[in-house]
Amino acid sequence: MSKVRVLVGTRKGAFVLTADGKREQWDVSGPHFGGWEMYHIKGSPADPNRLYASQSTGWYGQLIQRSNDGGQTWEPVGNKFVYDGIPGTHQWYDGTPHPWEFKRVWHLEPSLTDPDTVYAGVEDAGLFRSTDAGQTWQELAGLRGHGSGPHWQPGAGGLCLHTIILDPADPQRIYIAISAAGAFRTDDGGQTWRPINRGLYSKYIPDPTAEVGHCVHHVAMHPSRPGVLFMQKHWDVMRSVDAGDSWQRISGNLPVDFGFAIDVHAHEPETVYVVPIKSDSEHYPPEGKLRVYRSRTGGNEWEPLSHGLPQRDCYVNVLRDAMAVDSLDACGVYFGTTGGQVYCSADGGDHWAPIVRDLPAVLSVEVQTLL
Amino acid sequence: MIRVVLPAHLRILARVTGEVQLDVAGDATQRSVLDALETRYPALSGTIRDQVTGQRRPFVRFFACEQDLSHEPPDTPLPAAIASGVEPFLIIGAIAGG
Repeated sequence: MSKVRVLVGTRKGAFVLTADGKREQWDVSGPHFGGWEMYHIKGSPADPNRLYASQSTGWYGQLIQRSNDGGQTWEPVGNKFVYDGIPGTHQWYDGTPHPWEFKRVWHLEPSLTDPDTVYAGVEDAGLFRSTDAGQTWQELAGLRGHGSGPHWQPGAGGLCLHTIILDPADPQRIYIAISAAGAFRTDDGGQTWRPINRGLYSKYIPDPTAEVGHCVHHVAMHPSRPGVLFMQKHWDVMRSVDAGDSWQRISGNLPVDFGFAIDVHAHEPETVYVVPIKSDSEHYPPEGKLRVYRSRTGGNEWEPLSHGLPQRDCYVNVLRDAMAVDSLDACGVYFGTTGGQVYCSADGGDHWAPIVRDLPAVLSVEVQTLL
Repeated sequence: MIRVVLPAHLRILARVTGEVQLDVAGDATQRSVLDALETRYPALSGTIRDQVTGQRRPFVRFFACEQDLSHEPPDTPLPAAIASGVEPFLIIGAIAGG
């Protein structure tokens, strides 16, 4: 019988939630690495028992943990992230040059085909790769060496590379996104990169249509249509049908088009989910009602999904890596909140129920579908 | 033989309980003690000092013999009571944060 394993990263540890295909009865394991910030945990598509986890604190820095048994046991692996060559500078919040300094790993993206290859998106923004199961890390310096690098500026959460998407149809193509530089693509396995921000409009930067400087919050792709991308930007939900060469606004009838998380239904590549969040400074759901919005038309036409979600006095946030889908026949949708709830819908978003209610603030949610 | 007391999170990471005892070649200094510690427990690399610059992490302090040695140069000999194992070398995580 099929199973799902939900990997939850929180401000104070990691949790592993498992259930059978009905997704009604859950086993909760954790906290693992109690007291540590677990920015992201993700399993290898090529070997679901191989997991990678990003563990850090302000006291003791960055660690990477690896599991070979689906999260039952873990071992620390390499944590030496050294920028290639002379790091140079990016812009600081006040516009002055600031040296590139490694702070933490935001996102780990295992290879689609090799369990020993994994990518790490880090702050200050850079992309690293390990081909020895996390023991050693090398920077793909062509990204940071892109001519626009000295103009990149941190978002409120830091200059973080938070999104890595591997193209299943073309192993040489990778998409990444940086707050607040924008989205980039390589077509040669990471040697050279181009910004893919044409069509984005950000009125909070001096040139609203600049090549770089956009605060992209997250990007999602359906594996069957790797040229179609969906983006949640600081403001605006966007769509590209040409691998990011151009973007069109699809916010449509959303109550507010600010948010962090965005994902695509496992079997319906035009069905997209977002969680609108009030901003600029509030960062909680409008009207205190936690609602996921679903578009079945690739954007523009959105419907609120609220059955089973709190519809009064709810002031949590849903962060960029805290939404995921499983690939069971009835697609499961999951998201975690800064209030410590992890919600699951086993019917594509029509009905929701909490798996857990009282975890530390949730930073990331990933799901593995185990057959 | 040098006695080292690790903070709780690093004891878990190193999979030890209680004090760590290290043999240090040559003079006992912050650098030689940390070199020996990281050689014995590679998982601690980068958690106490930066792996490239060797600088102590900002929220980590070194105490010994009722003194704060955190700002001493890394190659300064540690007190004789540390070098002889009479007193432990304390690695402390700052009491800060939420």
